[in-house]
Amino acid sequence: MNQTQTSDRASTKEQNAAYDNAPAPMTPFQEFWHYFSANKGALAGFIFIVFICFMALFADWIAPHTPSIQNRSALLLPPAWLEGGNWQYILGTDDVGRDILSRLMHGARLSLSVGLVAVSASLVVGIFLGLIAGYNRGIIDTAIMRIVDIMLAMPSLLLAIAIVAVLGPSIVNAALAISVVSLPHYVRLTRAATLAEMSKDYVTSSRVLGASPLRLMFVCVLPNCLAPLIVQATLGFSSAILDMAALGFLGLGAQPPIPEWGSMLADALQFVQRAWWVVTFPGLMILITVLAFNLMGDGLRDALDPKLKQ
Amino acid sequence: MFQFIFKRLSLVIPTFIGITLLTFTLIRLIPGDPIEVMAGERGVSAERHAILSAELGLDQPLYIQYFQYVKGIFQGDLGNSLVTREPVLSEFLTLFPATVELAFCAAIFAVLVGLPAGIIAAVRRGTLFDHSVMTFSLTGYSMPIFWWALLLMLVFSVNLGWTPVSGRIDVVFWIEDVTGFMLIDSLLSDEEGAFSSAVSHLILPSIVLGTIPMAVIARMTRSSMLEVLSEDYIRTARSKGIAPWRVIVIHALRNALIPVITVIGLQVGILLSGAILTETVFAWPGIGKWLIESIGRRDYPVVQGGILIVATIIIIVNLLVDLTYGIINPRIRHSN
Repeated sequence: MNQTQTSDRASTKEQNAAYDNAPAPMTPFQEFWHYFSANKGALAGFIFIVFICFMALFADWIAPHTPSIQNRSALLLPPAWLEGGNWQYILGTDDVGRDILSRLMHGARLSLSVGLVAVSASLVVGIFLGLIAGYNRGIIDTAIMRIVDIMLAMPSLLLAIAIVAVLGPSIVNAALAISVVSLPHYVRLTRAATLAEMSKDYVTSSRVLGASPLRLMFVCVLPNCLAPLIVQATLGFSSAILDMAALGFLGLGAQPPIPEWGSMLADALQFVQRAWWVVTFPGLMILITVLAFNLMGDGLRDALDPKLKQ
Repeated sequence: MFQFIFKRLSLVIPTFIGITLLTFTLIRLIPGDPIEVMAGERGVSAERHAILSAELGLDQPLYIQYFQYVKGIFQGDLGNSLVTREPVLSEFLTLFPATVELAFCAAIFAVLVGLPAGIIAAVRRGTLFDHSVMTFSLTGYSMPIFWWALLLMLVFSVNLGWTPVSGRIDVVFWIEDVTGFMLIDSLLSDEEGAFSSAVSHLILPSIVLGTIPMAVIARMTRSSMLEVLSEDYIRTARSKGIAPWRVIVIHALRNALIPVITVIGLQVGILLSGAILTETVFAWPGIGKWLIESIGRRDYPVVQGGILIVATIIIIVNLLVDLTYGIINPRIRHSN
């Protein structure tokens, strides 16, 4: 009898010890990281984005040359590892002797900042309109959603081209056009999430407690709508960079001599036959960056919202 | 069914009005006086200004201008090009077949490659083939197609010399414009080798324009197939001893295709906007190149009219896709 009691006590002790040694429950961030890092593609995308952000931030210091400086004695120099290449210009030079690597680094700064500006602008306006539409319903909702439908009826690039055609080609106008065309997605997402949240008990109880409409919208509802918006914002980055490059390529975005990836390609058009490197590298940068954002967006979607998992 | 069609149609009308308002407003958003902007650096005399102003109806109040504009649209009058003085609509109609031909071939390419790739990836889930299809489709989806065009041109036209660099047909051929579709016209003409020249000019642009739709179709087909393949009736079919290919092609594919058809229909917008980039690179004389050149020439009536027509086409195609979807899927038709 006594013996069994002791052994019982011992086992409880063991159990307690086991509980104490059990890993603490994951914090929301740890849980997110656990799922996110399991997705190798998403992780690769994330690492590349960190790398390119670093490159963009410190372009002034790490770029071997000034992006606009022309070297008349080094026109259309091939990449360093090829015959005739020069290690001073690792990725070669363009038709007026500018270092391609340095231009790509500074171009990263431009593409990422345009992406950042366009995504934040459309995110802020889109969240605002979506919350208002979802919160108020009725005529305001119908009006906002009808405008959104009209915008969605046009391909984003066409609409962006139309806007830039009217406002005149420049980076600022291109960024503006890109934020306008990506607006509908954020409005729709926010509205849908708001509608789902509005019917929940916690919103009703806040309302009963006398929370103002603004408090209800921004403090109660908004934080619970963020997951799909974060995913959309990441994917928005990729389409912003792609559209920006397309506008630049069509001569409607950044104007020379600004080192923008798309306009670098447009400048290189006439040298396609003679110098493959002036065409290949800027496009490769666009592709890999856009791919990285798409990979990360997919990973974020899986990690943040298991319901959306494909 | 009629209720469904009516409901869907009633959504189109406000959208169309919105598009006309948008194109109407766009041209009035041009900073400064539109006539002086159109005239460019040469400037314009006061009398000419008044004449142009009356011609374009700019001396009227805005709402009258808008009604005039809409009235014109319904009469098929989209104004005249400032550069060629030709009606915008007739310029559009001359160039449109070239874009349709390109977009059609691109769509064929996208479906012929994307659909089987998606099906096989779903059937062989988790294999190397599946992973490569997913990798390729995500890459295709992220592709800057203007660069892709240059790259293919560099490899296949410049280095290997397999395909021509640009245009619709070799300059040595003179093809009479019967239908506007080069493939048909070159067949109708007696010139030897004209058809194969037209085909070889179409290959690269079609691949380039079809790349993004192909990626979208492959992804969509795969996920739709995966969903259907896990259904009970598929297991039943298999347990009855039906041949594996028959289960996949006859039983699974028919249901899996429903969302895929919608996605294929929705690619029209991507094809038309992608045509702007593809046509620019390959010097393809279609509406995309026409729009971009008009922007460069500040030919605003063309820009305005072109955008209106393209947007209208997309609205109509989306409507048709929705209606077909309603026909093949009763759940859509009867939902509110």
